Amino acid sequence: MFDFSLFTNWIHTTLSSLMPEWLTITTECVLIGVALLLTYSLLALFYIYFERKVCAAFQCRLGPNRVGPMGLLQSFADMFKMLIKEIIYLNHTDKFLFALAPYLVILASMLAFAVLPWGNGLQVIDFNIGIFFLIAVSSIGVLGILLAGWSSNNKFTLIGALRSGAQMVSYELSIGLSVLTMVCFAGSMSVGDIVEAQSGLWFIFSGHIPAIIAFIIYLIAGTAETNRGPFDLPEAESELTAGYHTEYSGIHFGFFYLAEYLNLFIVSGVATLLFFGGWMPLHFPGWDGFNAIMDYIPSVVWFIAKAIAISFVIIWFKWTFPRLRIDQMLALEWKYLLPINLFNLVLMVLVVVYGIHF
Amino acid sequence: MADTQEIITGLFPKATFEEGDILTVVIDDSQWHDLAKALRDTPELSYDFLVTIVGMDWVEKLGCIYYLTSTKYNKRIAVKISTADRENPALTSVADLWHIAGIYEREVYDFFGIVFLGNPDMRRLFLSIDWKGFPLRKDYDASPEVNPVPQDNERQSDFTNVYSRAEDGKIECRQERVFEENDFVVNIGPQHPATHGVLRFRTAVDGETIKKIDVYMGYIHRGVEKICESLTYPQTLHFMDRLDYFSAHPYHHGLCLAIEEAAGIEISRRAKVIRVMMDELSRIASHCLFIGTFCMDLGATTMLFYALRVREQILDIMDKTCGARMTFNYECVGGVMQDLAPDFVNDVKALLAVIPKNLKEYDKLFTGNVITKNRMEGVGVLSRENAISWGVTGPSGRASGWACDVRKTNPYSIYGELEFDEVVRSEGDSMARFKVRMDEIAQSARILEQLVDNIPDGEYCVKVPKVIKLPAGHWFRTVEGCRGTFGVYLESDGTTNPYRLKLVTPSLPAAAVVDSLTRGGKIADLITIGGSLDYIVPDIDR
Amino acid sequence: MEVTTKSMPYEAWKDNEYIESLVKELQDNGTNVIVGSFDKLINWGRSNSIWPLTFATSCCGIEFVSLGAARYDMARFGWEVARSSPRQADFIMVAGTIVHRMAPVLRRLYDQLAEPKYVIACGACAVSGGPFKKSYHVVMGVDKIIPVDVYLPGCPPRPEAMIYAIMQLSRKIKVEKFFGGVNRQESQKEFLAKHPIADVED
Repeated sequence: MFDFSLFTNWIHTTLSSLMPEWLTITTECVLIGVALLLTYSLLALFYIYFERKVCAAFQCRLGPNRVGPMGLLQSFADMFKMLIKEIIYLNHTDKFLFALAPYLVILASMLAFAVLPWGNGLQVIDFNIGIFFLIAVSSIGVLGILLAGWSSNNKFTLIGALRSGAQMVSYELSIGLSVLTMVCFAGSMSVGDIVEAQSGLWFIFSGHIPAIIAFIIYLIAGTAETNRGPFDLPEAESELTAGYHTEYSGIHFGFFYLAEYLNLFIVSGVATLLFFGGWMPLHFPGWDGFNAIMDYIPSVVWFIAKAIAISFVIIWFKWTFPRLRIDQMLALEWKYLLPINLFNLVLMVLVVVYGIHF
Repeated sequence: MADTQEIITGLFPKATFEEGDILTVVIDDSQWHDLAKALRDTPELSYDFLVTIVGMDWVEKLGCIYYLTSTKYNKRIAVKISTADRENPALTSVADLWHIAGIYEREVYDFFGIVFLGNPDMRRLFLSIDWKGFPLRKDYDASPEVNPVPQDNERQSDFTNVYSRAEDGKIECRQERVFEENDFVVNIGPQHPATHGVLRFRTAVDGETIKKIDVYMGYIHRGVEKICESLTYPQTLHFMDRLDYFSAHPYHHGLCLAIEEAAGIEISRRAKVIRVMMDELSRIASHCLFIGTFCMDLGATTMLFYALRVREQILDIMDKTCGARMTFNYECVGGVMQDLAPDFVNDVKALLAVIPKNLKEYDKLFTGNVITKNRMEGVGVLSRENAISWGVTGPSGRASGWACDVRKTNPYSIYGELEFDEVVRSEGDSMARFKVRMDEIAQSARILEQLVDNIPDGEYCVKVPKVIKLPAGHWFRTVEGCRGTFGVYLESDGTTNPYRLKLVTPSLPAAAVVDSLTRGGKIADLITIGGSLDYIVPDIDR
Repeated sequence: MEVTTKSMPYEAWKDNEYIESLVKELQDNGTNVIVGSFDKLINWGRSNSIWPLTFATSCCGIEFVSLGAARYDMARFGWEVARSSPRQADFIMVAGTIVHRMAPVLRRLYDQLAEPKYVIACGACAVSGGPFKKSYHVVMGVDKIIPVDVYLPGCPPRPEAMIYAIMQLSRKIKVEKFFGGVNRQESQKEFLAKHPIADVED
């Protein structure tokens, strides 16, 4: 397995030999920032294309196929258009908050990228409360949505924002608890440690029943966190036109649009990290030949492929299920997911204490 | 008929009777409310379903014809009241007896300016507050200078008008608030993805809970009834395509039946069979689109694409025979425009082969889903009494346990000879309305199966005079459209143009009932209920 | 310069006097190389990403739904992102009759669209009033209220015709200039000044 830390260390030593330390760190920060931004936008564009193609396949259609080969350039065309489309500022609104909201949303998903384990040694920062940080920053997003809904001075956006607030705050609990279950199993909050702990067997296999329950709950709650169907109440098209971002146009709307897909990637990425071994290849204890073959696939490919596979399932949800009603959605969280989650946490503690896992 | 006449004469000696296709009672306005109450409540009569109110302008006087049906005895009666006062015409309201009367009276007020005393909400229905004149009056000035295209946003009032007669005989107007003063009113529509067109709900909400809905119609009011008065009978036919564009064939069928009955034309059996087959094909297509759009409203977009596959197949059949995908103008006076396309029988057989599979697929994909059940079961329950009082016919009425299928109650064309079941469910909720339509697709397929191999030879259109003139008189025919009872009231003064053509559409009651069904529900329930009632907005507004 | 569409090699497709006159206007004004290539890039983006507003009043709207469905599949061209909020849409397909009561609403929707915005008058009613020419309540053509870019006849137009119309719109976008030159915004303003609808100051 190629260790990307060799590469990053080489960059670090080369830069250090050329310039003072403060400049090295600044340069590295800029480099990382640029790399992240690039990955960010490319991933978002890919996801938009991916969703449109997947949705088309579910609906017996072809999907975009005219712009560029196989329609691959479709989302680029969309981006160009969105960049130069007029941004409308409304009268009688808080213009500062109105403009701030999309940046907050995009910032939240940007920050979460910092701790995702992209590959072996390819991680922006690996510190001891990585998972904690991830949950913390992903909650900033709801602030942006609430601001967007409130500052637009529109009844639809207000209802959308309130729905979103209720939904995000509730489902944050489920996400937190299922993450906690897995942290309990891994025994560490550091992303690197969690991935290392799965070098033998992924948690979804080694943690058996409680891990599977946690995964299912995580998947449901994660879908809700990203505001995607069947939990797309905040932007329920048939109810609230476009929900909290009804009044946004041009690139401001583009930010919401991109953030939706990026959040999808982050949720899938975290699921990959917690249940499917992050960048760790598929290993089974004892199957040495199989494990060796799996090691040939680069770790970056493993991570992204797993994340996209989980995103595919979430996209599948969206194009299959009808939307829930607000009271049903809250009932699902507070009456079912939360108690099951708490019970599951206890179960996991028992599993860990008695060592009844693989 | 004689019994009814006797009973009415016993109660109201002043009432006079006109003989026509059905019994018509003429009564003075002062006794109308008592008569209406008697007609509805006397057990031997029980005329509990108000089919329509036809506003009339007989030049020397203005008036209304009420068509009532007894769901118990399956009888129909008409009541005529009129007023000679053209300046301030006023009649007594029966909005307290039938829910739907309130809306129909607003429609008559909008078109003829007749004020109904005691109606709790006497605003214009289709036209804006500032509209000058009453368009269906014969002396209406239609020049565009009187009512130019509005340059401003529409003025709107938060008050309703209630008219009553004061002691001295003068008519007084009292204003009442539509919403309470501090209500949070959300404006849903006219441009909104869930209203199936341009309908507008002013919705007072308390958080997510709906307190009251004020329905605004008329955003696609095209004045079909007025235009028809200046056209010849065959020319009026093509507007039937553009009301409820999914039941173009049944609507054509209805108007053709009325004209043929009036002109005394007997059509060939081949034409009858073709008409019935087209009706049933459009019923399947319409219900398929209902399933699709309804599921899309609930958030399951993919179902739309699955449901549209069958619809496309039917449109192909129509396209081959009628030459169009949507506005066919196929039925004409005396039969149908063109003979069937040579592939017709094979195409229909191919369609019949896939329908059961598709129904099963929809069931699997959608009906059994937990979220679907939670969203639809027990939402928007419409009881049988309310369904009749609101005049909600068609699949929505049958979901409430009211067997109101005109094909069974008053069989027309060859429906009497065909074997099919009337689908009736008792729950009355959105799920029932959905299931009724699913089952009706199967029943329509059953009708098609009986006919597809038995299309008789003969001429598809009998010879009719080049210029169709109807004798003076009036006729009222109902047929079963895809969304419910479609009625045509035709009054002729012996010329080539209709004197009055009133179209009774099933979508208007369906839209009117939304308010009472959604109260206390959530905003999402409004979407479910609106979708399950399946109104078509141009059909409401005409 | 000729406006071509790769997948449409037919002569009849190229025969469009209106677009030819636009191209001529472009060439007469001349352009500088850098600005010109920027324009090309922008126009490529715009013309390939035209998102409709979900707007339908009657029959044509149902054909528009069919256009999105599997058989006609407008997603192939990237038009399937129908936005319900006018702020995010690129063009209104005025699908269906516009009546007096709806006219101010349509105008308001048009004003709410973000630049660049386009209008397709879809169907006989929207083009001229169509079968309702004699009606007292129908607006005889939406070009009485908003500037129209493409007229699409038919009652209702078939989905194929709708594809054709949107492709024509896309061609028209291709000969625009972002930096000066053929300035459609000015002609838009002119139109709107001629057809004023009072704004509500609230």
